[in-house]
Amino acid sequence: MSTSDRIFEVRNLDVSFELNRGASRVVRDVDMDIYREETLGIVGESGSGKSMLASSLLNAVVEPGICSGEVTYYPRNGEPVSVLELSEAELKRFRWEQVAMVFQGAMSSFNPVMRVRTHFRETLQDHNRDIPAGMDRARSLLESVYLDPDRVLSAYPHELSGGMKQRALIALSLILEPEVLVMDEPTAALDLLMQRSIVSLLDELQAEHDLTIIFITHDLPLLTKIADRLTVMYAFGLIESGTVDEILYNSSHPYTRALLAATPDLDVPVDEMHAIEGSKPDPVDRISGCSYHPRCPMADMHCENNDPPMEQISSTHRAACFYHEEAAEAIPLRGDGNNPKQKGAVHE
Amino acid sequence: MSSSDSVVSLEDVTVEFGNDGGVFDFFGESNPVRAVNDVSLDIGEREIVTLIGESGCGKSTLGKTAIGVQKPTSGSVKYRGQDIWEARNNGKNASISFSEIRHALQIIHQDPGSALNPNQRVITSLSLPLKKWNPDMSRERREERIYALFERVGMTPPGDFLNRYPHQLSGGEKQRAVLVRAMLLNPDLILADEAISALDVSLRVEMMDLMLELQDIFDTSYLFISHDLSNARYIAEKSGGRIAVMYLGEIVEIGTVDEIIDNAQHPYTKALRWATPNLFDDRDDSDEFPIREIDVPDPTDLPSGCNFHPRCPEAREVCQREHPGVFQSETGGHQCRCFRADDSHEYWNSSPLYD
Repeated sequence: MSTSDRIFEVRNLDVSFELNRGASRVVRDVDMDIYREETLGIVGESGSGKSMLASSLLNAVVEPGICSGEVTYYPRNGEPVSVLELSEAELKRFRWEQVAMVFQGAMSSFNPVMRVRTHFRETLQDHNRDIPAGMDRARSLLESVYLDPDRVLSAYPHELSGGMKQRALIALSLILEPEVLVMDEPTAALDLLMQRSIVSLLDELQAEHDLTIIFITHDLPLLTKIADRLTVMYAFGLIESGTVDEILYNSSHPYTRALLAATPDLDVPVDEMHAIEGSKPDPVDRISGCSYHPRCPMADMHCENNDPPMEQISSTHRAACFYHEEAAEAIPLRGDGNNPKQKGAVHE
Repeated sequence: MSSSDSVVSLEDVTVEFGNDGGVFDFFGESNPVRAVNDVSLDIGEREIVTLIGESGCGKSTLGKTAIGVQKPTSGSVKYRGQDIWEARNNGKNASISFSEIRHALQIIHQDPGSALNPNQRVITSLSLPLKKWNPDMSRERREERIYALFERVGMTPPGDFLNRYPHQLSGGEKQRAVLVRAMLLNPDLILADEAISALDVSLRVEMMDLMLELQDIFDTSYLFISHDLSNARYIAEKSGGRIAVMYLGEIVEIGTVDEIIDNAQHPYTKALRWATPNLFDDRDDSDEFPIREIDVPDPTDLPSGCNFHPRCPEAREVCQREHPGVFQSETGGHQCRCFRADDSHEYWNSSPLYD
């Protein structure tokens, strides 16, 4: 992919918090490109730093967090934007008009004493948009997420179910026609059927509005249904990224492989699922060498003393492991080499 | 399974929550919600029954009714043949006392954070049930028992974890502590109400394995509530248990893992199967919804006929009219509330509602 397709370029990104017991680095040295109109999935366990990474794309890391490095946004027309250097006024416009966010708690994203209509109206007003035209757009957006515009617009948030609120929030986030939608666990509090329905809706919305979607979750199976590319976070850094097929059928980092093996899945025999040994690291502790070495079955002295760089495995696939070539043999997985898109055969 | 060899048996249980005229009920309009409707279920010795369904389908209410915490509006709940509410209200005639029943049926909640007192060390919270039920047990003996179980669930050294406050434990550790607390009383049945849902996907297998390991030691049965089919399948398959699917207050299908996952009869079970994302499948998802409506109907205003018909892609005219009863497979184990399970039903000659 050429660089002109990039919509975000992240370089040397660090986020840290000063705590009484020491500095806590919750994002460590992240380099990442996001391409226009793709769906990028960021997966990691709770506390791996994925939400902080997402917030820094909008320069929205809360005080007293400190964000350093470079985040460059490439608009469709015009000059690249250095997101971490924007003023408050510039940020306000950037956040809704270029990049919109949807968070997990749709419940807390709405003001409980304001009708849904007022949320749409105020957003349009704040950004000096034409209100009648904007409200027409609101109606068609609500319809496209299978909501009845009349009922939903005149409802208070508590009158809607969780799934309806989350869909209304997605419609609201698109009201100013942003280029990018950042979604942090947008479906975590919802039922399976609703999750799956929202994922299908996002696909449709993306095609219709030429959106770039960044979808953050700990739910790997769900991500494989929506993402084009996946990035895996462990202990506040990126450890592997690639296309969904590369991650599923040819993952090269021992942590990614352990995560895949630990994920409950209907089609995998129960005795092939295993928990990941050990527990995740504390952000205050500085682990020497590879952050995964205390839990890694393949780790040796080299891993304990040296931090592995991201190594290129294919043009789209990178992994931060010295032994990425041996990982498949050491931790066999059901999906290995079984990519149905390449082979035709699905299951043995 | 006859009710004599089951730990808990529910018969025709219905639970209604009335609008019983609160302060703001000026108009006296009461639309009771039938959270559980006509459910019969036996939970056997050392059995794991998993209960799945969407939020609001009544699975927690059914679970609480099964362990005698929620009183059914009608129907009976029996513990080893003794009616739980008889024992409670009319203790003299009961063959098993209510406190014994209470002791034998335990619960683990979804959020372990709020199940432990934040102002007390873990050891204090865990000692309480033993103090209550075994007041003669010495402190040394009590702590010995707690320490041994903590070691068993991998929280070592136990003293280190037990002397912490809940906020000093991770989510997975808290849930293990809560599981240990339930196990200390050596219960016959544990209601695990979304007990692993708050945990990371990567920790769920570990927690379920732990539950199974403790089952081996204590011969406990579980009623395992989850909204996630892949978790339900994991624990049911590993233990040879059953899966029950709930929709708007009813068990619409129940059977073994094979029957529910690979041979589902009810269109709702099939929709749940569709909604469960799998890692290694062919992913040629036709994005066609197997449901016609995304949202669940209002439980205070249920549809006529089959509860599922407004969302069901297979609905026919008869489904609008008639409420389906329970159809049993030939072996009797696999039960389903859908006309489609009966090859000779008039459904097959009824006209489709939708194309």
